[in-house]
Amino acid sequence: MTWEIVIGLEVHAQLSTNSKIFCGASTAFGAEPNTQADAVSLALPGVLPVLNRGAVERAIKFGLATGAHIAPRSVFARKNYFYPDLPKGYQISQFDLPVVGNGALAIHVPASGKQAAYEKTVRITRAHLEEDAGKSLHEDFHGMTGIDLNRAGTPLLEIVSEPDMRSAAEAVAYAKTLHTLVRWIGICDGNMQEGSFRCDANVSVRHPGGELGTRREIKNLNSFRFLEQAINYEAQWQINTLENGDAIHQATVLFDPDSGETRMMRSKEEAHDYRYFPDPDLLPLDIAPQWIEEVRATLPELPQAKQARYVGELSLSAYDAGMLTASREMADFFETVLAAVPKDAKLCANWIIGELNAQLNRDGLDMAQCPITPQQLADILKRITDSTISNAGAKEVFRTMWDAMLKRGEFNSIIISAPSPQISASGSSNLTDVDAIIEARGLKQVSDSGAIEKIVDEIISANADKVAEYRSGKDKLFGFFVGLAMKASKGKANPAQLNDILKRKLNG
Amino acid sequence: MFNSSLRQLGAVLRAKKISSVELTQLYLDRIARLNPALNAYITLDQEKSLAQARAADERLANGDATDLTGIPIAQKDIFCARGWLTTCGSKMLHNFVSPYDAHVISQFNDAGAVNLGKTNMDEFAMGSSNETSYYGAVKNPWDESRVPGGSSGGTAAAVAARLCAAATGTDTGGSIRQPAALCGISGLKPTYGVVSRYGMIAFASSLDQAGPMGRSAEDLALLLNTMAGFDERDSTSLQRDREDYARDLAQPLDGLRIGLPREFFAEGLSSDVAQAVEAAIAEYKKLGATVVEVSLPNSGLSVPVYYVLAPAEASSNLSRFDGVRYGHRAPDYGDLADMYEKSRAQGFGAEVKRRIMIGTYVLSHGYYDAYYLQAQKIRRLIAQDFTDAFRQCDVIMGPTSPSTAFKLGEKSDDPVQMYLSDIYTIAVNLAGLPGMSIPCGFGADNMPVGLQIIGNYFGEARMLNAAHQYQLATDWHSRTPQGCKETT
Repeated sequence: MTWEIVIGLEVHAQLSTNSKIFCGASTAFGAEPNTQADAVSLALPGVLPVLNRGAVERAIKFGLATGAHIAPRSVFARKNYFYPDLPKGYQISQFDLPVVGNGALAIHVPASGKQAAYEKTVRITRAHLEEDAGKSLHEDFHGMTGIDLNRAGTPLLEIVSEPDMRSAAEAVAYAKTLHTLVRWIGICDGNMQEGSFRCDANVSVRHPGGELGTRREIKNLNSFRFLEQAINYEAQWQINTLENGDAIHQATVLFDPDSGETRMMRSKEEAHDYRYFPDPDLLPLDIAPQWIEEVRATLPELPQAKQARYVGELSLSAYDAGMLTASREMADFFETVLAAVPKDAKLCANWIIGELNAQLNRDGLDMAQCPITPQQLADILKRITDSTISNAGAKEVFRTMWDAMLKRGEFNSIIISAPSPQISASGSSNLTDVDAIIEARGLKQVSDSGAIEKIVDEIISANADKVAEYRSGKDKLFGFFVGLAMKASKGKANPAQLNDILKRKLNG
Repeated sequence: MFNSSLRQLGAVLRAKKISSVELTQLYLDRIARLNPALNAYITLDQEKSLAQARAADERLANGDATDLTGIPIAQKDIFCARGWLTTCGSKMLHNFVSPYDAHVISQFNDAGAVNLGKTNMDEFAMGSSNETSYYGAVKNPWDESRVPGGSSGGTAAAVAARLCAAATGTDTGGSIRQPAALCGISGLKPTYGVVSRYGMIAFASSLDQAGPMGRSAEDLALLLNTMAGFDERDSTSLQRDREDYARDLAQPLDGLRIGLPREFFAEGLSSDVAQAVEAAIAEYKKLGATVVEVSLPNSGLSVPVYYVLAPAEASSNLSRFDGVRYGHRAPDYGDLADMYEKSRAQGFGAEVKRRIMIGTYVLSHGYYDAYYLQAQKIRRLIAQDFTDAFRQCDVIMGPTSPSTAFKLGEKSDDPVQMYLSDIYTIAVNLAGLPGMSIPCGFGADNMPVGLQIIGNYFGEARMLNAAHQYQLATDWHSRTPQGCKETT
């Protein structure tokens, strides 16, 4: 009997506003408990909510980025339940009329085992604005509970998908694509450790083509790995339960990362009646077409549009295009480099995906912390294209510059100890930086054909026996001559030129 | 001095015939003598009041006084006032000292008015007799065996007994107008959104509106000038140009068209109230007004609609009183649920609990459509009735309350009878219209009768004009309860 897993995700993305969704208190992470809890956050008697325009703008941005309908009028509703970290006794959310309606997200599911990579579109049901709750702290209070309301009132966009995913891999691909997108359009910092991007997964199983099974919701998954583990465990648990002849009951479950298991939090019978009703303290949210257009004008080119353009206009592979659009910073870096070396998209792509990524990984940095500027990389690439240095030489320049910039970042000094040359403070397009390193390291290629011919002539006369062997058909010896010539030129001979000359002289 | 209008008090203060400290002390002394019998105030704080009076005297000396600088007023205990105990008439907030000022409070503070104290009220403004206050019932100054009305009963009694020059109230279903009528004073509920609700403890957010209570329409205009105005902290506050509500007071009433809703003069109205109201209408005709009968066909549904919507909002608004962060927490409890249950069981009185339960019920899954949504639809019909009626008239008039002040305890065991005492006022809140009550005579038991004047949206100045001209021609508003006549 085969089983099909059906998954829908609810993602809570914390919107990157400076202040809370209904008051002016700061949203900064990590402050001393309750130092960001003003009268509204504390729900003192008599306080009232006032909607943060920036939160609405971010919701509109998301709607536009997913091709969704932006509701001209949406309504804030109260979701009523008692909990100590929910100070008003209700959460202000949206219910019947969310700000963002039907949208969609195209995902790329990577190859795995025998399964080749494939593309898929996941439909987004809705996205709505709401406020976050505070935190209950159960440790260090001697059997009591501490309440920190710093987070209470932080703006969230809850993004609800249709049950369109059929494996944990698809769910992870969707979550990652969404994660990239919200950071790309600048509405969420995506920091999962700090809870800025959290997933709830609705999981059910069925026989392919059959009716949807009863779902269980896994709450608060804050890493892609946990998302995958939790779905796989939960789906297998449901399959085992059904195969044992038992039924699945609708429930909310929690994932325990230590045991790798999901466990029941509450059953459907224990579910709250939230008694939603429109919040009378807030007017309906009216979004004029003009506002939508203003927000649209601020929207950057989206990752998928960029990928299509890189493949179509720049003739890059789909893989390269995907890598270069993994983050907005990466794509911006690539495009800045490309602007300076416009004819060599593949060269730019190779360097960023290869050498630059490797260095970032080595030093545990992300793109935003990259020590060298796109202009500096472009300067290096220019010296490859004008044959001043070889690819190998360029790598040495790159690493020298990288280490110098990294050190300068640490010591905030523009003086780099010898033999590294001085790097200009701005990191701007200043060829002397790159040229100075080439000079200091003696990396300049010999492109003078006379000089290369002289080296080749010497090698040919000193290795007459090998030349004879080559000429009698032992082609493989060509590499041997290249090696000797390179060694003689101290690695500086222009490889293409060297090949030409060597070939001509050996054959002639 | 205690019978002076706000303008007169302002003039003597600015003329330095009396200082604000002296005036405040006179009121505090009078409160000390008369309040123990009336129980109009929950909290008094002489030091705070006198400190404000001293500051007012400095402003008067510096010549930057406003109309209200130095004048001692009282604040309904529903308004958060920094450093003041703010109880909302409930045990739940018996220990809540507000760390901030409501918009209304800061408006009066900015104007230099002196706060004499916080007036008694029905618990969380839920009541029509002031008997639901945790701090004890307020007595009607005209007859201490009778209620002052509610929920702003403390304010109404304090104004009637001259225990303040004027005061604030709030009106969700008649809580300014009904006690004003029962205590023989003037009170005005503005158009919804004219006065910011920031810092006013919420009962039913879509209906709550603060307004002034005083001894004359002229005083109310001055108070409203200070209270009204856009406040960005309240999303339902209306962004409008400031207006002078006293600007039309002197206009003659020639051509004023008064609508009389036939539903307001039908069964259920006491004959003594009907008589006084009809006499008032006759007086208006003498002043040049014309009268037209209008109909508010859905107004009979306003009480049931109100008792779905107001409790629904209240059940949610009062959820924050959970014993976690402030207010009453049960001294002994087991787990979290037990703490909630005990704290709320102990902190709330019977009427509040009744409304929380009604509200929770009508919002529950499976009942929402039948009750809450249905009530919202009828609410729109009720508002439409008024819109239609105002095509034929400039103001609507009728009784404020079906009877004069009833006896303490008379209706406290019969919630429906109690709810019906707001039958003429509730529709105005549901429609968001401005309404006021002014004294228009006395009933069979020699208790005051109130005339209700309902204006069109933002028709406050027109209503005040109509009330003021009537008060120039009559003296009902300057009558003083027998026991309160002593003046010093």
